[in-house]
Amino acid sequence: MTAAAPSATQGATPGAIGPAPRGPSVLRRLMGRKLALFGFLAILICVGGAVFADWLAPFDPDEQFFDGLTIEGAPMPPGPVYWFGTDLLGRDLLSRLLYGAQTSLIIGLVANGAALFIGTLVGVTAGYFRGITGTVLMRFTDLMMAFPALLLAICLAAIFQPSLWIVALVIAFVNWVQTARVVYTQTSSLAERDFIAAEKTLGAGHGRILFRHILPHLLPTLIVWGTLGISTTVLLEATLSFLGVGVQPPTPSWGNIIFENQTWFQAAPWLVFIPGAAILLLALAFNLVGDALRDILDPTQQGRD
Amino acid sequence: MLAYILRRLVMSALILLGVSFITFVLLYVLPADPVRQIAGRSATPETVESIRRQLGLDQPFIVQYGRYLWNLLQGDLGRSYLQKTEVAVLISARLPATLLLMLAAIVCELVIGLTLGVIAALYRGRALDNVLMLSSFVTVSAPQFVVALLLLYVFAVQLGWFPIGGYGTFAHLVLPALTLGILGSGWYARIMRSSMLDVLRADFIRTARAKGLGRGRIILGHAVPNAILPVIAMIGIDIGIFMSGIVVVESVFGWPGIGQLAWQAIQRVDIPIIMGVTLVSAFAIVIGNLIADLISPLIDPRIKLR
Repeated sequence: MTAAAPSATQGATPGAIGPAPRGPSVLRRLMGRKLALFGFLAILICVGGAVFADWLAPFDPDEQFFDGLTIEGAPMPPGPVYWFGTDLLGRDLLSRLLYGAQTSLIIGLVANGAALFIGTLVGVTAGYFRGITGTVLMRFTDLMMAFPALLLAICLAAIFQPSLWIVALVIAFVNWVQTARVVYTQTSSLAERDFIAAEKTLGAGHGRILFRHILPHLLPTLIVWGTLGISTTVLLEATLSFLGVGVQPPTPSWGNIIFENQTWFQAAPWLVFIPGAAILLLALAFNLVGDALRDILDPTQQGRD
Repeated sequence: MLAYILRRLVMSALILLGVSFITFVLLYVLPADPVRQIAGRSATPETVESIRRQLGLDQPFIVQYGRYLWNLLQGDLGRSYLQKTEVAVLISARLPATLLLMLAAIVCELVIGLTLGVIAALYRGRALDNVLMLSSFVTVSAPQFVVALLLLYVFAVQLGWFPIGGYGTFAHLVLPALTLGILGSGWYARIMRSSMLDVLRADFIRTARAKGLGRGRIILGHAVPNAILPVIAMIGIDIGIFMSGIVVVESVFGWPGIGQLAWQAIQRVDIPIIMGVTLVSAFAIVIGNLIADLISPLIDPRIKLR
């Protein structure tokens, strides 16, 4: 997030929480794991597809092709012209998927970034300053945990007319809770440590302690939760769009492609399962990378037991 | 123990109070004005004003909330303005179907998840373990509606083994329960695997082995029963994930439970119903967590009460 860069000079601190190891070694260790490498490549492909959609997409995603429907008016199955087939309006599915990747990734990054920011703010405030503010914040977090995330998101999306940014905000609003809990636990144990007390004795202000010491120590956790959170976010967006309260057509999103084409599900299953596979792949990729990062960055969870 | 139970009960009650406050704020304070919904677009300002007074919406916020809370305590979840019915009536009519699905789904989850978890633990570090753990990742990353549609397509449309949707016979129950069961099993498999690994390292397993007990009896008679205990307490926590899943699964399979009710309400933007389902779900989650907290010290006396 907005945290200062991790102070690599400090070396490994003993105990549960250490500053982030230097970048290149983390990346190299990540690449050493087959599953994480697979996840990383899948993410690269999705990001590449989204960023270069203008060049990669064979057709305009919104153009309804006359030859894109069979004589009976049914969608075309995958073939040489339309690689992934066409949808119920005769639009090219591959092009819609590529532009849909933009939607999924924008929401993934914005919603998750916002959730991470809120979670960190709440967790650090409650864990570092404690007192009444801390108690109130953490009780509110407990309260939010009692809501089923999807239903709360549906309520919010139904109340505000859903658009790309509203959907992102709604997802952020239901997803910050876990981050807040984890950050709170870590911050409150960090705040007890001797080196923080020493800093205080030396006259350091709250700002210096928070930005120079607490946040750098939280960075590994934030990286792990940030990565895992994108997976949750992508799934939540897809589900909301599938239920019709997410990103609204004609803007393509992987969830609303399935929502739009659901009536053709039996005759044209590719319209459901190709976007479905894309959602699964992206969510799986972020989960695999996040899990590997947790193993690498968190010394307390060495090995996979 | 009694003090602990009391404290947990008070905490749960406070959380429910907070939940009711948030749903109230969402229902009455946010843009979707119920008065406009009842009165319709062409209503005169006078009509709007009189409906507002009738509903008590002209009164101060705190008075309105007090009345809302009082109604909730009597089991009144408000009215659906579009269906002109009590939300509580709609929900209680559909609750049995959801509870049946929930029961079947939990059985599926446990059977699949625990079996895979035990196998993974026994084959720890080997290829089978890696495959099972990867598949548990896949179930965690799979969108519920895609799994539901996949099972529907393969087993109902293509193979014709099960009906495409609906309610009534055992065959109708299989696919929705299996969808939720598969999706939840990955989580249980992971917990069961690590719980098994802990137990297999314990002294009493070594003692059993030293006594000359067979491998099958050690695993089934000693390791599994001990490893299952901490997992059972997780069921209460799992209810939250389950409550989110039913909206999708019930709408795909046409299962007439509260999830489908919520889904139908989404299509008509019938917010009181969506809110009612959310409130009932939150209630179920709080109760589930409470039961989990109360059961775990009974199952494992080593757990300290906090």
